Amino acid sequence: MKITLKVWRQKNAQSEGKFETYPAHDISPDMSFLEMLDVVNERLIEKNEEPFAFDHDCREGICGSCSLYINGRAHGPKKGVTACQLHMRSFDDGETIHVEPWRAKPFPVIKDLIVDRTAFDRIMESGGFVSVKTGSAPDGNAILIPHDDAEMAIDAASCIGCGAWVAACKNASAMLFVSAKVSQFTLLPQGHPERETRVLDMVAQMDKEGFGSCTNTGACEAECPKEISISNIARLNREFIRANVR
Amino acid sequence: MELQSKIPAGKLADKWTDYKAHIKLINPANRRKYEVIVVGTGLAGGSAAASLAEMGYKVKAFCFQDSPRRAHSIAAQGGINAAKNYQNDGDSIYRLFYDTIKGGDYRAREGNVYRLAELSVNIIDQCVAQGVPFAREYSGYLDNRSFGGAQVSRTFYSRGQTGQQLLLGAYSSMAKQMGLGNIQMYSRYEMLDLVIINGKARGIIARNMVTGTIERFLADAVLLSTGGYGNVYYLSTNAKGSNVTAAWRAHKRGALFGNPCYVQIHPTCIPVSGDHQSKLTLMSESLRNDGRVWVPKNPGDTRAPQSIPEDERDYFLERKYPSFGNLVPRDVASRNAKAVCDEGKGVGSSKLAVYLDFADSIKRLGKDKIAEKYGNLFDMYKQITAENPYEMPMRIYPAVHYTMGGLWVDYNLMSNINGLFVLGEANFSDHGANRLGASALMQGLADGYFVIPYTLGAYLAEGGFDKVTIDHDEFKRVESEVRGRVDKLLSIKGEHSVDHYHKKLGKVMWDYVGMSRNADGLKFAIEEIKKIRDQFWQDVRVSGDPAGLNQSLEKAGRVADFLELGELMAEDALHRNESCGGHFREEYQTEEGEALRDDDNYAYVGAWEYKGENNGYQMHKEPLVFEEVSPSKRSYK
Amino acid sequence: MGWLSKTFTSSVGKKLIMALTGLFLISFLIVHLSGNFLLLRNDNGAAFFQYSEFMKTNPVILVMEVVLFLGFIIHAFSGFRLALENKKARPVGYAVNRPSENSSVFSRSMVWTGSIVFIFLVIHLKSFFVDHKVASWMGVTHEETLFQAVVSAFQNPVYTWFYVAAMVLLGFHLNHGFQSAFQTLGLNHKKYTPLIKKLGLIFSIVVPLLFAYVPLYFLLIYKTTGGN
Repeated sequence: MKITLKVWRQKNAQSEGKFETYPAHDISPDMSFLEMLDVVNERLIEKNEEPFAFDHDCREGICGSCSLYINGRAHGPKKGVTACQLHMRSFDDGETIHVEPWRAKPFPVIKDLIVDRTAFDRIMESGGFVSVKTGSAPDGNAILIPHDDAEMAIDAASCIGCGAWVAACKNASAMLFVSAKVSQFTLLPQGHPERETRVLDMVAQMDKEGFGSCTNTGACEAECPKEISISNIARLNREFIRANVR
Repeated sequence: MELQSKIPAGKLADKWTDYKAHIKLINPANRRKYEVIVVGTGLAGGSAAASLAEMGYKVKAFCFQDSPRRAHSIAAQGGINAAKNYQNDGDSIYRLFYDTIKGGDYRAREGNVYRLAELSVNIIDQCVAQGVPFAREYSGYLDNRSFGGAQVSRTFYSRGQTGQQLLLGAYSSMAKQMGLGNIQMYSRYEMLDLVIINGKARGIIARNMVTGTIERFLADAVLLSTGGYGNVYYLSTNAKGSNVTAAWRAHKRGALFGNPCYVQIHPTCIPVSGDHQSKLTLMSESLRNDGRVWVPKNPGDTRAPQSIPEDERDYFLERKYPSFGNLVPRDVASRNAKAVCDEGKGVGSSKLAVYLDFADSIKRLGKDKIAEKYGNLFDMYKQITAENPYEMPMRIYPAVHYTMGGLWVDYNLMSNINGLFVLGEANFSDHGANRLGASALMQGLADGYFVIPYTLGAYLAEGGFDKVTIDHDEFKRVESEVRGRVDKLLSIKGEHSVDHYHKKLGKVMWDYVGMSRNADGLKFAIEEIKKIRDQFWQDVRVSGDPAGLNQSLEKAGRVADFLELGELMAEDALHRNESCGGHFREEYQTEEGEALRDDDNYAYVGAWEYKGENNGYQMHKEPLVFEEVSPSKRSYK
Repeated sequence: MGWLSKTFTSSVGKKLIMALTGLFLISFLIVHLSGNFLLLRNDNGAAFFQYSEFMKTNPVILVMEVVLFLGFIIHAFSGFRLALENKKARPVGYAVNRPSENSSVFSRSMVWTGSIVFIFLVIHLKSFFVDHKVASWMGVTHEETLFQAVVSAFQNPVYTWFYVAAMVLLGFHLNHGFQSAFQTLGLNHKKYTPLIKKLGLIFSIVVPLLFAYVPLYFLLIYKTTGGN
């Protein structure tokens, strides 16, 4: 395959960025998208040019490192996968492919295609946990959890924290992420003692970071590589109301 | 140097209890006076950082990823073992201990492994309390499955994403402590060296990967939980960033490296599709429960699998191991796949693959049943290969997956350097020469949640800490060495990229220090690796500046260390004139081609000491004493 | 009351305001529509006259009018504010963006459809509410009744087609707004949500259609009987 890549290049957070065009020939349809980027980067090194930087790690769709906006879509054109699981056979021969970093105020660009997502850590710090001292837990079977609740909790907990929802949302809202965590701990009895403070604190921190609000467009659900449902957002809303009226 | 394993005296089952009852403690109010550095935030590091911070220690945690939540523990699929015996199928702490010792081919310490089995039950409780959503039965009780050929159902799981859920549990506990200020988190930082002052590990030098600044960090103890070194093979199931640098730097400062040649190669991975391949993807070995492994009987048969008649297929695992068949342990399955490919019977374009065929199971159970059991794995396979495994057999090939070797530690998880503790896959400890399925998560969390809080406290309580600051000469010296190395890498400005050398090293490692090894091959590998290393230091091209984010530079430092480790692995494999677990020497096999262990001469841990540049390595032996179990031959006929 | 302001200044709280006022306005649409149907009775506006007199004088209605007015203002104001804030959350946009792949055009254009409906509303209030109701409070008496004003306004094709266009946009607005309000209030359920979505779709088509029918009726079907 032959493609033309247009990659966002930006030296650091302070500098201005722009697109650079890299024609890429001899691309195998069996390459993953990131492997294609590797190949282009290797060729840049051969030409003594600096390769572009992008976040990646596990390359099996679970670490949530990849954060590429490919041809106008978070993680590219394929549904339910991260960029590392996207293969070049999903593109046409001769296609021009735009690669951009996630765009949101709380995600400043660090370099090229890499953005700073530490806002998520701070949201988690504000309440994304169950307080339990190591060693103080009762027997695992002392807490019974209905099968379906456990399954729903896993659905919510599947979130890999990649940020595709922020990237795809027209409001750059982080609600799917926050709601997935709130949901997980709402569905499980272990999360109940802290449920009010959790939802209030996490929402407050999310706002403080500068994410937009949710207008229920459903873009997050459609672009989420783990296909996490916006019913979690409704659950967060419920929890928010509940916490406020209590 | 005499290696002291420091295993407590007394009966096996009482060792840990007695140990805990008699160690020195640190008063809760005094704990905040101690600072602890934790490098790596996977299951071991994350759980350690969270537990220590909650106890009151001041923790500085480091990870090279952008968030501690992304450590590669997240990719573990299958599950976590625990001797809960919830299924009433005869499991017990002793049985888990025994299985682990035996599975490790009698190359692990009894004391450590027994403690691991004991702690396994606490891990499940802890994780449930944190809100880890384990699979449940309809009654609401925890569900278990049998895994990796175990005779009991002791594996707890959360779909195919157990590692993710356990890691997010540890991460959430960390997050709480980060919010409270008890953990100072340094994301996108990479440890580049260890600082030892007056015989104690007192800090690290780390590079801020965003700004490029090289910084000094002081502590009273340093915990390395930096994972394994499978990426020495270039292609492995490890994350791209997984590396040995922190452990290797500590090794070069004096920490012994234990059993580096013990590498686990997982049989069910998706084969390489071309030169561009950047990593390998594992599929759960549960696939072998219903899939049949075969190759064409005739070498070079290029027909489509469906058009190869039954009598021209070789179901080689079923043929050679009639009682275990396709469910033989990982090392046996991997080795046999390699053997048939070496005979030219491999399939697919690369000829480096065997078929894993579900046609019979689909006929017997129906497509729906197979989809229910393996749907996500089939989807993943289809996603990567564009082939439909419901219609044609999967192609699989073994891939490097886990490294049992690592920095040598005693019972307290402390290396031979005072104050340097090593946890999880980064240490050499509990799996011997081969790790059982669903035991890696168990070990990482046991080390972090339940061992280190005691053993670190006991170490700190001994006292004797000099008052030092980061302005100490030793900090300055080590920092300048780190800077020198970074500058050197950038100044070579040679012809070939870092990946070029990494791939070259990986090929040598895979061909000669891989699934099966022999003396000639290992000697050849040692010479080749030296050559590649020399070329690397003369010819590597590292683009970009030292300041700011520079992924080429990060990779260069890691590959430079792999180029040294690879040699040591080959040395270790060469010296170990036996076959055991993940280490198979072609010279030492039975007539049927099975691993031939030599307990009389090799029942020891080989711990290697770095003797300085061009002085090679010296091996120290820690004999393994078996009081409880007597080593027997593994047989899967 | 600190908690209350805290609740409604958070992003979720602001959305709650949108949802609550939105649902309130939806309920108003039904009331308004039922009044409009009186225009279609072939009684030369007699029933409508009674209705408009009642609306002018009934104290409950007068109170509700204030509430309704506030509802509109709050809905519009919060909507604009949210849109601005959300815009700020992405200061640098994408060079290539394909939102149509992941969301409906209706959900993404709420601020635009809402704005035009708002402009329509101002004009609409001016011609009927201010010129008649407010005027009557201020003692100004009109020669023509409200019914006649309606008839003459709707026989102006420009006014009517603007009205119809606004109703189409109202339909777009409701298409997303109806079900979105339930989601924001946390009313999401695997059994009922599909039902709510269907209901929302029907509502967003039928209600604006019926609203649009009235002016179209006067423009295209109704024959002036010479006036009195």
